[in-house]
Amino acid sequence: MAILINKETRMIVQGFTGKIGTFHAQDMINYGSNVVGGITPGKGGQTHLDRPVFNTVKEAVEQEGAEASIIFVPPAFAADSIMEAADAGIKYCVSITDGIPTQDMMKVKQYLRKFPIEERMVLTGPNCAGTISPGKSMLGIMPGHIYQQGVVGIVGRSGTLGYEAADQLKELGIGISTSVGIGGDPINGSSHRDIIEKFEQDDETKVIIMIGEIGGPQEVEAGVYASKHMNKPLVAYIAGLTAPKGRRMGHAGAIISSVGEGAAEKVEMLLDLGVTISPTPSAMGETVAKVLAKM
Amino acid sequence: MDIHEYQAKEILAGYGVKIAEGGLAYSPEDAVQRTREIGGNVWAVKAQIHSGARGKAGGVKICFSHEEVEAAAADMLGKRLVTHQTGPAGKVCSRLYIEAGTDIEKELYFSFLVDRSHERIVMVGSAQGGMEIEDLAENNPDAIKKIYIDPAVGLLDFQAREMAFALGLDSTQISHAVRLISGCYRAMRELDANMLEINPLVVTKGGELITLDAKMGFDDNALFRRQKIAELRDKTQEDSREMAAADRGLSYVGLDGDIGCMINGAGLAMATMDMIKLAGGEPANFLDVGGGASPERTEKAFRLVLADEGVKAMLVNIFAGINRCDWIAEGVVQAVRKIDMKIPLIVRLSGTNVEEGRKIIADSGLPIITATTLAEAAEKAVQARNEQVAKEGAA
Repeated sequence: MAILINKETRMIVQGFTGKIGTFHAQDMINYGSNVVGGITPGKGGQTHLDRPVFNTVKEAVEQEGAEASIIFVPPAFAADSIMEAADAGIKYCVSITDGIPTQDMMKVKQYLRKFPIEERMVLTGPNCAGTISPGKSMLGIMPGHIYQQGVVGIVGRSGTLGYEAADQLKELGIGISTSVGIGGDPINGSSHRDIIEKFEQDDETKVIIMIGEIGGPQEVEAGVYASKHMNKPLVAYIAGLTAPKGRRMGHAGAIISSVGEGAAEKVEMLLDLGVTISPTPSAMGETVAKVLAKM
Repeated sequence: MDIHEYQAKEILAGYGVKIAEGGLAYSPEDAVQRTREIGGNVWAVKAQIHSGARGKAGGVKICFSHEEVEAAAADMLGKRLVTHQTGPAGKVCSRLYIEAGTDIEKELYFSFLVDRSHERIVMVGSAQGGMEIEDLAENNPDAIKKIYIDPAVGLLDFQAREMAFALGLDSTQISHAVRLISGCYRAMRELDANMLEINPLVVTKGGELITLDAKMGFDDNALFRRQKIAELRDKTQEDSREMAAADRGLSYVGLDGDIGCMINGAGLAMATMDMIKLAGGEPANFLDVGGGASPERTEKAFRLVLADEGVKAMLVNIFAGINRCDWIAEGVVQAVRKIDMKIPLIVRLSGTNVEEGRKIIADSGLPIITATTLAEAAEKAVQARNEQVAKEGAA
């Protein structure tokens, strides 16, 4: 099964004809993703990468049955593009864009909430590497070849640290059901918990690794959820043991601004909740392997 | 991005928030001149640095004569003030704010913050002002009132009233408080602030509400549409290396250790720093070179890391996704040849075109130490650092 995307998922690219959009759309197509077209306002009717270009997301949904979307629109316009996708009836949207203002994201989240939960678009990102269900489909910018198909669900804030995890698992012959980047921004579309919930429901996923970092409450919230409602084991690594308080470590959301947001504190709380911790970033693969061996 | 107290007060005054009369001074003479303009017989001389808790660090002085103002100004200007928020290096004071003294009856706390769990702006208040909100949250959490603002409708008057009553204000002060609260909220929304704190908000003996200290922080991601706010940046308050990095599009944070780092991706950078620490070393910096690390960018990153003379070894850890290891390797080899490095360099490459990348490093003939895993890279970096320190000690 995998989560969020599958071989059949009909995908569009918002910001299709730009340099970055073109590069990654081609990469997705090469991977085998079912890209059915793209959006660039004003270029509707043209053909790009052998696929139709539309002026609006609504047209792509009506004419091509688009279900999922990936956004490469610049930060000033990205929030608008996300809301356009939601309004058009897109079911799942990945926003790659880094640098969307926080208050724009608050507006986006509020806008999404107005849809009944069963019709509400799932958003992951912004400021993420996207989602991949290895061997099936990729809605993202990751190097597809490092992901082997298998039973581990990955959810993480960081792109490259997610690659590191996938690579360690591959070295051990372990594959991935789906890997989801939720992004490094303070307010993001889906939380760790939202994604973990989906993995719990997924037949293919047997164990989940959450790759978190300093800042915000999300990792611990996910741990609380797992301890109460999950049957599948949860493994976690939290980056930023050496990060000083009050300094932003690259990601807009990676800042320790209150009690409980440091890596060591998060690790302690997760341990109390029964989450298996990978003590170092180089032990992510073997920690998952050990958990799998016990199943 | 942070701004100074006087700048925050100027902004808030524009939104109808009452502040005490005051003015900016760059010299003791300026300070005395401001004192004359303000009039009265009590003044506060306040160091303008990007930090709270200035009082304890000697950054706020209450003066009762022009001579005292002059002496306080001379003492503060040019001085590095160290508070628990500035780190041990402190922040240099090059501007003063001179303000009319206020007869304080009561000190309150008031702020707007971005609440990440609720994904909304939250209004926070307490009738117990003057101390830091973190301390209050720990010692007396029940004394804090929080009200969440719906982003679709914005702050509502009844919410402002609810806060005013929670602050313990009496009926004659409520309408004034509602104006102040609404003004602050508008400033927060219209200027893309991510925090606005008035601490203390004081009630004077005459029953007036005055903003005695004000702090505002802004969303860096929104500065592109807030040109006037972006212009308020005071580079003297920020780490010069971090500013230089930002100008080159690199994300850098200076730290206290001596192993320099160049990594792609913020998460992997934090993880690599953790590995260095676990291997017994201390990272000198956080540096994310980003996705498209061209040779020029790599060289800039090298120069930035090596500008820190305390660095005893440098670790490069790249997981190439969109990037390619062979491009990175070429960039590294070029940078090392150009810069004439005097300290050991450890390189770990992984991901796209890794074999080609490793071959370029091996064929370069340069004394580059290579590693294949993250753990190995960190261990080798710490070992090389220790050998370098021993070598320098012997020399």
